[in-house]
Amino acid sequence: MADPSIARTAPRADPPGAGALVSLGLVPPATRFSFRGDAAAADGCGRALGLALPRVACRSAEAGDRAVLWLGPDEWLVLAPEAETVPLFAAVEAALAGVPHALVDVSHRQVGFAVLGRLAPALLNAGCPLDLDLSAFPIGACTRTVLAKCDVVLWRRGPDAFRLEVNRSFADYLAGTLRVAERGLG
Amino acid sequence: MSGQHRTPRGGRIDRARPIRFTFDGHVYEGCHGDTLASALLAHGVHLVGRSFKYHRPRGFLAAGAEEPNALCTVTRDRARTEPNLRMTQVELYDGLDAASQNSWPARGFDVGAINDLLSPLFAAGFYYKTFMGPRAVGGTTMWAKLFEPVIRRAAGLGRPPTEADPDHYANRFAHCDVLVVGGGPAGLAAALAAARAGRRTMVCDENPEMGGALLTHPAAEVDGRPAAAWAASAVEELRRLGATVLPRTQGFGYYNHNFVALTERLTDHLAHPAAGAPRERLWQVRARHVVLATGATERPLVFPDNDRPGVMLADAARAFLHRWGVKPGTEAVVVTAHDAAYRTALDLHRAGVRIARIVDPRPRPAGPALDAARAAGLPVTAGGTVIGVKGSLRVSAALVARSAGAGATDHEAVPCDLVLMSGGFTPAVHLFSQSRGKLRFDAATQRYLPGDAAQAQSSAGACAGAWGLAAALDGGSAAGAAASGGEALRHAVSGDHPEDGGGTLGTLPHGRDPSRVKAFVDFQNDVTAKDIKLAVREGFKSIEHVKRYTTTGMATDQGKTSNMNALAIAAGALGRTLPEVGLTTFRQPYTPVTFGTLAGAARDELFDPVRRTPIHGWAEARGARFEDVGQWKRAWYFPVAGEDLHAAVAREVRATREVAGIFDASTLGKIEVVGPDAAEFLNRLYVNSWSKLGVGRCRYGLMLNEPGFVMDDGVVGRLALDRFHVTTTTGGAPRVLHHMEDYLQTEFPELRVWLTSVTEQWAVIAVQGPRARAILEPLVEGIDLSSGAFPHMAIREGAICGVPTRLFRVSFTGELGFEVNVPSDHAAAVWDAVWARTEALGGVAYGTESMHVMRAEKGYVIVGQETDGTVTPDDLGLGGMVGRAKPDFVGRRSLSRPDLVAPGRKQLVGLRTEGTAVLEEGAQITPVPDPKRGAHAIGHVTSAYASPTLGVPIALALVENGRALTGQTVYVPMPGGAIPARVVSPVFYDAEGERLHG
Repeated sequence: MADPSIARTAPRADPPGAGALVSLGLVPPATRFSFRGDAAAADGCGRALGLALPRVACRSAEAGDRAVLWLGPDEWLVLAPEAETVPLFAAVEAALAGVPHALVDVSHRQVGFAVLGRLAPALLNAGCPLDLDLSAFPIGACTRTVLAKCDVVLWRRGPDAFRLEVNRSFADYLAGTLRVAERGLG
Repeated sequence: MSGQHRTPRGGRIDRARPIRFTFDGHVYEGCHGDTLASALLAHGVHLVGRSFKYHRPRGFLAAGAEEPNALCTVTRDRARTEPNLRMTQVELYDGLDAASQNSWPARGFDVGAINDLLSPLFAAGFYYKTFMGPRAVGGTTMWAKLFEPVIRRAAGLGRPPTEADPDHYANRFAHCDVLVVGGGPAGLAAALAAARAGRRTMVCDENPEMGGALLTHPAAEVDGRPAAAWAASAVEELRRLGATVLPRTQGFGYYNHNFVALTERLTDHLAHPAAGAPRERLWQVRARHVVLATGATERPLVFPDNDRPGVMLADAARAFLHRWGVKPGTEAVVVTAHDAAYRTALDLHRAGVRIARIVDPRPRPAGPALDAARAAGLPVTAGGTVIGVKGSLRVSAALVARSAGAGATDHEAVPCDLVLMSGGFTPAVHLFSQSRGKLRFDAATQRYLPGDAAQAQSSAGACAGAWGLAAALDGGSAAGAAASGGEALRHAVSGDHPEDGGGTLGTLPHGRDPSRVKAFVDFQNDVTAKDIKLAVREGFKSIEHVKRYTTTGMATDQGKTSNMNALAIAAGALGRTLPEVGLTTFRQPYTPVTFGTLAGAARDELFDPVRRTPIHGWAEARGARFEDVGQWKRAWYFPVAGEDLHAAVAREVRATREVAGIFDASTLGKIEVVGPDAAEFLNRLYVNSWSKLGVGRCRYGLMLNEPGFVMDDGVVGRLALDRFHVTTTTGGAPRVLHHMEDYLQTEFPELRVWLTSVTEQWAVIAVQGPRARAILEPLVEGIDLSSGAFPHMAIREGAICGVPTRLFRVSFTGELGFEVNVPSDHAAAVWDAVWARTEALGGVAYGTESMHVMRAEKGYVIVGQETDGTVTPDDLGLGGMVGRAKPDFVGRRSLSRPDLVAPGRKQLVGLRTEGTAVLEEGAQITPVPDPKRGAHAIGHVTSAYASPTLGVPIALALVENGRALTGQTVYVPMPGGAIPARVVSPVFYDAEGERLHG
């Protein structure tokens, strides 16, 4: 039984303000798994998740409130609601008994930011060197990249909607960088 | 009144919006749209500064970015003071406060001008010759004692601000199909062609208004509209098509893979910038194709005293007249080897400037421009030259000789207050050259032009050698169309003069004693024609050497107006052709860029990420002092009641050893190694053997690099047959993961194992001391903490305070110890619970300093402190850990290298000294107390502390054959005398390790 006094405490990150043209906020705590393995393992994992793992580079798949992001030829980031950590982990492991793979819980490793608004691509491009035009980085695209001086996973949810995943100790820096970048949009 | 030299109408200024500004304390009025240069010229102010070396009075030479003379300091407040701004690019705003530079006490009377009279002392290479001066007393040269301090005081232009820059600078990465640098006729036409073809298009121009030469040819029409109106409509169409149009934006650097850097000036032209608004924006653009439309720069003519205020480039006068409605003088002598200046003379004539003479050094000039000038009644001296000017603070006459050549001393003084010169136009190939494109020399026109492009790039307009608006527009259209697969539109042009041409390079012949006159080549660095000839006489043959010796082209303008003349003079002196002498290298940036723009947001708190653990807030609230470990902030010690470091550490260590202490070890690197081949992978990466490590057990692992030296260490726990929890040093975490990933992918791709960083997934609370078990027992569920069930070096999974934990029984203090790993979001709450227990039992929280002291008391090494990249396991006394039976592991082969098995290697030992003084870490160790200077040191101190547990100073050291010296005395020579130290075992406390198993 979880002690009710033990609540999840988000890391120190003053979320950037909600500007008129772009808004930024922390996303709620979530379940995050790093999944590694070959095609057979990916198939099994997809069956357990109810969601086929994307095989196209830098693309994501979503079903309900679960999502899987392609991060490498044998690497995916699984996102799911917070409460699913334990049962989902067990379900994937059960589905893959005897199949070589690595499933690692990284739910607390990262923090998610939502970046929304017409100027969201411009804001991200203050620190991220990728081409965020819809033709180059369409909805559903995801990748590891850098934002200023930290590594992030960038995932496009809509024309003006992005999610950033960053290692928790960099959240403060990332939020500060985006706050400063927001001032530079004018 | 915006100046008595203002034309009654015309120009791109808004006469209805007067602006008051200050220059050198005098208040003037200008118009909206003026630059500082045009506004001052409208008031007849030509003298605007002093030159760098000779403190010669100087005026405006140019009207744009290439201006070498007219530099000023603009001050908004004490922190916002920027020197060395080109007055030709400083846009006027209400209240602008600018000052001239390099003049004292005033620009009209300047003490430093004595250098002009002393100039024989300051010839080319003066600076370098001071290096070779006579030796002064004590072996130092005159350079260090005399010249260097004097030159240092006199050198430099302007003064830097004395306070930190308060402004904010933005950064933007951008991608496009076609980037056009330059918004003149060629650039606008190229951008239009690309944008109309549906390409993602960007176009930038250094000026506030796009249009370039279209703005200085009021008689010309494009597609049936006045040229300037056409430019405005082109900009409008570009914006409508979604192109990014960036005025006030300088393309300053062209790098690999069509990466081009631009700097956009956002607020410098505003009287009241919005608070917090970015001052400049750095654009880092990656373009599929780049069109350079950077235009051309007019060359000065090189004749004696060609730097006097009132002597300026003819095209600059055209720009002042047509862009800003300013007549830069009342009576002009035009010296030109190019037809374009005839057109300028005609325009000035029509505007009411008396043209006293046009002097053309070409022997037989001819053509429509000359005909037009003659038809207008302008006096032309063909085949003549100018051998100097009269006037010092302002030109008062030009000395015109009827014939060129050595006999040109027979001259007349033609009174004037303006001398316009034109040596022709130099294509601005800077960015092309930066792109690594090959320049080619066009012998017919004596110009360097863009040759083969090295990247997806093309040049159009004057920078590609085209002349005239029609050629620029057509060239731009063609380049834009080719870059975008679009259609090259032709633009109809009238009222332009595409047939004009001409040009000359090098000095005009003047027949005067060359040692007594100064004919300037590089105005900003005060380099004259005779300096360049002197350099050649002194043996410099390479243009790169001539450049460095004379400093020509090395000022902040990078020789935009001077390089070709300098090259021609050097080539003449060497008796070679221009291409034989070669061109100096063009370097980024094209114009100076502020540090703020390059730094962007990376300053102060955001200079580098500051990483904090989930327990940081608690430590901060408890008044912890922090230390930086890489990017991490770690709690260093927890002072209470005014304790200093030593008092706090003594208390923390004693309490931990007597009761218990808790420590935030969250920064430890953690890697989850998972897969059926996980143990085999670790076998190959660590010296240890992992196959037989039982599930639920831990082992201290030592990792070597390929040369056999210790690169990292840490405890590894086996959670399942195919799952290991590996820990690394805090600083080594990323390096170790990369090292592992590198070997996995390149050497052992057959292994079915995957690595995942979990450093930040798990926060770590170390609970150490005799009462550690008592602290944890009530909090932990599902794990039997008793010694029998959970021995030293074991790992268990269970729950603490209701959340999952990976609980290690390990110790870095020598005491009974646990390391509680909990998911990071739960760490603060679990820490609170553990702390409440610890405090109730009389324990403490301790920081990294106490951790260091306690591990040193136990002789535990810290990689990076006891090791320096040259230390083997055996050197550390850990040779027994090496799995000799294993077929291979990284570094294994190197361990049998002769130098790694030779006797005399430095070995880890302990040192004990008398008294209370703690040895200096890093101090050298010698076998005798008074070693001779240069004697060989047999080792060095790696760690030294006052041990609170033993009450004496202790030290760890690496000493040659150290283990064999146990019991003997070595010496640590210090400035106050050598300190004797006895070599002892590195384990100072509880050598039997009984406390670990409590």
